[in-house]
Amino acid sequence: MISYAEASARERLALLFDAGSLREWLPPAERLTSPHLAQLGVPCAFDDGVVIGRATLSGRLVFVAAQEGAFMGGGVGEVHGAKLVGLLQRALRDRPDAVLLLADSGGVRLHEANAGLIAVSEVMRALLDVRAAGIPVIVLIGSNNGCFGGMGIVARCADHVVMSDIGRLAMSGPEVIEASHGVEEFDARDRALVWRTTGGKHRWLTGDCDALVEDDVAAFRSAAIESLDTRRPLTLDALQAEHRQLASRLALLPAGLDGETEAITLWQRLGVSEPVRVPALDVDAVRALRTA
Amino acid sequence: MDWQTLAARLFTADHGLTAQGDFISGTVSFEGEPLTVIGTTNHAPIGVELALAQARVILDTIERHAGRSILILIDTQGQQLRRRDELLGINRAMAHLGMCIDLARRRGHVVIGLVYDQALSGGFITSGLIADACYALPEAEIRVMRLPAMARITKLAPELLESLSQANPVFAPGVENYVAMGGVRGLWRDDLAGDLRVALAGSPTVDERARDGAARGGRRLAADVVRRVLDAA
Repeated sequence: MISYAEASARERLALLFDAGSLREWLPPAERLTSPHLAQLGVPCAFDDGVVIGRATLSGRLVFVAAQEGAFMGGGVGEVHGAKLVGLLQRALRDRPDAVLLLADSGGVRLHEANAGLIAVSEVMRALLDVRAAGIPVIVLIGSNNGCFGGMGIVARCADHVVMSDIGRLAMSGPEVIEASHGVEEFDARDRALVWRTTGGKHRWLTGDCDALVEDDVAAFRSAAIESLDTRRPLTLDALQAEHRQLASRLALLPAGLDGETEAITLWQRLGVSEPVRVPALDVDAVRALRTA
Repeated sequence: MDWQTLAARLFTADHGLTAQGDFISGTVSFEGEPLTVIGTTNHAPIGVELALAQARVILDTIERHAGRSILILIDTQGQQLRRRDELLGINRAMAHLGMCIDLARRRGHVVIGLVYDQALSGGFITSGLIADACYALPEAEIRVMRLPAMARITKLAPELLESLSQANPVFAPGVENYVAMGGVRGLWRDDLAGDLRVALAGSPTVDERARDGAARGGRRLAADVVRRVLDAA
């Protein structure tokens, strides 16, 4: 068992896809770096924190992107974002069987904030173009860094989300919420609370992810192969159903609960039996708990 | 500019739009054609509830009024920074709003965003930045974060960021910078109704922002990088 969380972006690609199948576009040899970091005295990376290319997965052609959380938290800057947009536009042109995004990002890279924000919106639009063409977009989330901010929105624009139990998917990081509204609102050092609120088990129970796997590269590979033909066309009916689901979830959860009871109350109201046991259960057991 | 004044200048004093809390909505008649308007005011933080309220109107418009144009009036401090919203999947609710707007565009509704006060990060990505085109008033403010907070988080000297922000639109708040980078298509200065008329008649339906950013000199690399990916062997 090889930890997905501990692996680098390049290791994940090497282990997840068919051996030796990755053809990288704009590889580090081309030395394509952020034009904005040097003047801040911040080191650059020759891939700007994201690897893109084509590969095969169980023999099928897929386009892939893997963000590197160790470089600036996987933050999306001008070049990083444009590489993702280019990959998605190329998918629209070349029609691979699927696009897989190995998300590992805090969201917009603050060092190039404005360009990063626009870039994330360009990624969203390009991703939705790919989906509209009937090419599935699959997002994998399992890094220590998680998938936050604009990338948390991008992930939920995909057809299919695979998460490990230690993966995290959310909008604002707990530190940001604590800094804004105090430790009573969100104690960022309370790891159990952080995982109850943003972690893979919670996202599985609510349906925010479509597959829950162990922190194991092979498990991610299997889940990715299984998801290759998952298409969820974005029709009016589909979005009406999504709306009903989100509205009913909102109605299920009373306001004003404390951090100890909030997640457990929601799980219980979603029909999970013995919700207090969830954090201690292993992945297989949690997988069996989903009610819808 | 407060939203009532804005609405009166865009339409007429009896525009018919209403605000419930921070949520603005309604149908106005513009140049004889019905127009769906949604938006927020009071620098509203966008939480799950407000994202869903906006998505509801978009879905209703798609379902009942094929082809009707949609205007989004933007004034937000960004996403709601609350644990409850995170637990409820605020990122999913915001993605849902973005996908509803995207579906409207694909089904032939013209969708225009207008930043009339302030726009920040998450609240902007799933509103103005996913419309066909986004415009702004010159006095509006668009940013990801204030410079002091940015300095704190990036551990860079505030003076450095301040001085760089004079010349580099990437760092500094401001609508002109977003115009230079292609994120905002243009500013509406005087004849707001005239500008809306032009926007409804002639906004692009494909994403031209990287190209605009290169042409305007504010985002020199993005379009080129996209092209290089398309051409890579």
